Amino acid sequence: MNTREFDVIILGGGITGAGTQRDCAMRGLRTLLIERSDIATGATGRNHGLLHSGARYAVNDPESAAECIRENRILRRIASHCIEETDGLFITLPEDDLAYQQTFEDACRAAGIGAEIIDPDLARRLEPSVNPSLTGAVRVPDGSVDPFRLCAANMLDAKLHGGQVRLHTEVTGLIREGDAVVGVHTRNCQTGEAADYFAPVVVNACGIWGQHIAGLADVKVGMYPSKGALLIFAHRINRMVINRCRKPSNADILVPGDTVCVIGTTSTRIPFEECDRVAVTPDEVTLLITEGAKLAPALSSTRILRAYAGVRPLVSADDDPTGRNISRGIVCLDHETRDGLKGFVTITGGKLMTYRLMAEIATDTVCRKLGVDRACETATTPLPGSEERSYEAVARKIWEAPSTAQKAAAARMGTGASRIRSGNRLDDALICECEEVSVGEIENAIGQLEVSSLTDLRRRTRVGMGTCQGEFCACRAAGLLARAHGCVERERKDLADFLQERWKGNFPIGWGDTLREAEYTQWVYKHVLGL
Amino acid sequence: MRFDTVIIGGGLAGLVSGISLQQAGRSTAIVSTGQNALHFFSGSFESLEEAPERLSELFAEAGVRLHYRPGVRLMPLGTFRPAALSLEDVSLFEDPGFARKVLIVSFTGYHDFFSSFLAEGLEKAGMSCRIHLLDLPEIERLRQSPSEVRSVQIARAMDRIWERVVQEVRAALQDEDTVILPQVFGLKDVSVPGRIRQGVPARVVFVGTLPPSVPGIRTQALLKRRFELLGGTYLAGDEAVRASVEDGRVRSIATRNLDRHALEASHFILASGGFFSKGLRSNPFRVYEPVFGLDVDYADDRNAWYDPAFAGDQPYRRFGLKTDAALHPLLGGAPVINLYAVGSVLGGTRPEFGSGAGLAVRSAFAAVDAILKEEAL
Repeated sequence: MNTREFDVIILGGGITGAGTQRDCAMRGLRTLLIERSDIATGATGRNHGLLHSGARYAVNDPESAAECIRENRILRRIASHCIEETDGLFITLPEDDLAYQQTFEDACRAAGIGAEIIDPDLARRLEPSVNPSLTGAVRVPDGSVDPFRLCAANMLDAKLHGGQVRLHTEVTGLIREGDAVVGVHTRNCQTGEAADYFAPVVVNACGIWGQHIAGLADVKVGMYPSKGALLIFAHRINRMVINRCRKPSNADILVPGDTVCVIGTTSTRIPFEECDRVAVTPDEVTLLITEGAKLAPALSSTRILRAYAGVRPLVSADDDPTGRNISRGIVCLDHETRDGLKGFVTITGGKLMTYRLMAEIATDTVCRKLGVDRACETATTPLPGSEERSYEAVARKIWEAPSTAQKAAAARMGTGASRIRSGNRLDDALICECEEVSVGEIENAIGQLEVSSLTDLRRRTRVGMGTCQGEFCACRAAGLLARAHGCVERERKDLADFLQERWKGNFPIGWGDTLREAEYTQWVYKHVLGL
Repeated sequence: MRFDTVIIGGGLAGLVSGISLQQAGRSTAIVSTGQNALHFFSGSFESLEEAPERLSELFAEAGVRLHYRPGVRLMPLGTFRPAALSLEDVSLFEDPGFARKVLIVSFTGYHDFFSSFLAEGLEKAGMSCRIHLLDLPEIERLRQSPSEVRSVQIARAMDRIWERVVQEVRAALQDEDTVILPQVFGLKDVSVPGRIRQGVPARVVFVGTLPPSVPGIRTQALLKRRFELLGGTYLAGDEAVRASVEDGRVRSIATRNLDRHALEASHFILASGGFFSKGLRSNPFRVYEPVFGLDVDYADDRNAWYDPAFAGDQPYRRFGLKTDAALHPLLGGAPVINLYAVGSVLGGTRPEFGSGAGLAVRSAFAAVDAILKEEAL
């Protein structure tokens, strides 16, 4: 367990890093993944959770569109427990040009995306929440994906293949021998402990922060930070993904996921220094609601749960110092051929949808460097949890007569739900009533999924993601974490941090019921519980 | 229907006003939506550090005993806070080092009481602690439903079996001088906490749980009963929806349930609470009072409503009704002379009345005194 030597070290615990570790581990490499914070804390966890069909890119970027639909089909097979097959609509509104619909459908077909123009009446029946004044609709194979779950499943599979993971560990420098990177200096962000790890190849999969890591290696990777703001609504008002059938613009995608739905996004260039503290502005909130209500009018009267923003890891083209020539495609840089630096690879650009392909490309590069000749199997091997196609089938296999809470757990964890202790009333007790998360599921996450804080727990179990935003369940879960880690003092701070983090996403939309709930929560924690 | 006074809001401010007026022989009606801040009452009255006698007397007549002893109290997460006037359930100490050895008692699988946080807080204050979990078949029965092991459900069971808890605690007690129990006793029977204290051969300290608050619910029920025994009319589950105001006076209010029978009165008291109780409402553009459309003191720029720090002093909690010196709220800049605003609907606009439960009680007494004085003239 305490080895410091590996075949490959992957930096970054987002979906690209997790996918790359899984691929490398499945090809027999000894892997270590290092993440400064928790899994999926960057762009991976801060997007729509849209399982793109590729239709959005079909007209302007046919290559990305074709990549998307191929990966879309693969993810439905290998990650079924992270995916909901909702299908999507691209709707034309009276102010849009209906002629664009045909261009759009033709481009989808050319990219291999099964797009079908349907009658607006049929669209209204399929999706009752859609703006009834639509003049056209195209049905496409969009879906929704839970990026936290997807990331955790990749990491879990890497571990099952012998991979090691160090979360909350920051890379402070790269270890070099002549013209080669041979390892990394790290510091544990929680304990302050320093450690060095060695491997002949280091993969930089840090998304927007990859620019900084490349800087540690004295090579230049120009990123173009682009902020995207989104809103989560407290109810799931739509069954299908709803998009606007026009050139991609602001706030034109509404994605249903679990118990909520998400509208986004915006696109604003921000200075690199702001990547660690992006915040949603009131103007962005107004724009998202106004445009979102055009897709589904009910949004204007639906309670907003929180606002959040992510930073797209767009890459400036190598020969373009102005940053204008941006690629949304996958960029894999072998710094040996590009900069004369051996043992260092950067994988960046791309999208959540194409993470697996990115991982495959990065792993191919790693294997070539190490002289390993093993084929990639990630496109055909299901992720742990996805061995069954439907969560109901999973639940029935594990429990004779599954409760709604057990079905929810099966939907979250797939076949992994069999690891949850249950059948005993103490384990079945609910900690989070909004999302129906039990003591058993939380203890499983604490024991198996590298949970060191309430925020980590939220990403793995949805505790605190529901309507009350962690008002009560945070306290209950803190009690369980204090017991598991044997440290109340740390848990007390963790609880304060968790509430702060929730508030950060609540106050930009702090009116109506959200303000009511906030007043209540702030009153209870300050005056009743004495935090 | 006609009353001397109609009160909108059945929380602490509304009930204290109603009981006082009814005691003075004024026919009074309270319109209450149901739950109110008393259901989340911590048990201590902040901002009532001086002159608690009038409230203590009013509560005592309702069967709720208060005690007054400036010092500190133990909070559910193991911290200490200053407190003075409190329900009898709440133990008040001169300083945090109130015991030597403490036995913390809870129930297996009860996640709404924070034994380990309490233990850590007490150990930091120099005490040694032991946690003891009780396994009782009555709690096991609650567990049949995964969301039933909560304070109120446990309290219902405890009203029947509290004597068994006393026996179990006696058996578990070693050389501890203090026993800590969750506040889940005496939901219906106010005497239970005192009888537990008598039955356990150590000091018994009751500490709060996650809401709802069992002592708070009991207090609300007793105050409501007192108001009704005095002849007051308590319209539960109803809501004031609009008011008729003429020449700067309220003529009547309409409620959801009694829509065609407006409630008329000489005086009205608005005790409808803050944002949580919907006494104040907000949308992205403004903060407003929904029944009368009264003038609200708030910031136009929504960015100025919040402190980005969760634990900070949130500006929105200071928003409240604009009132004149006599607590008459303003409507279009002019006072409504037979209407009084009391409690959290004032927000932080009248800091001289304090905040929280103190604001509720002191502004209620001020409004009652003004009404009685006016009628005496």
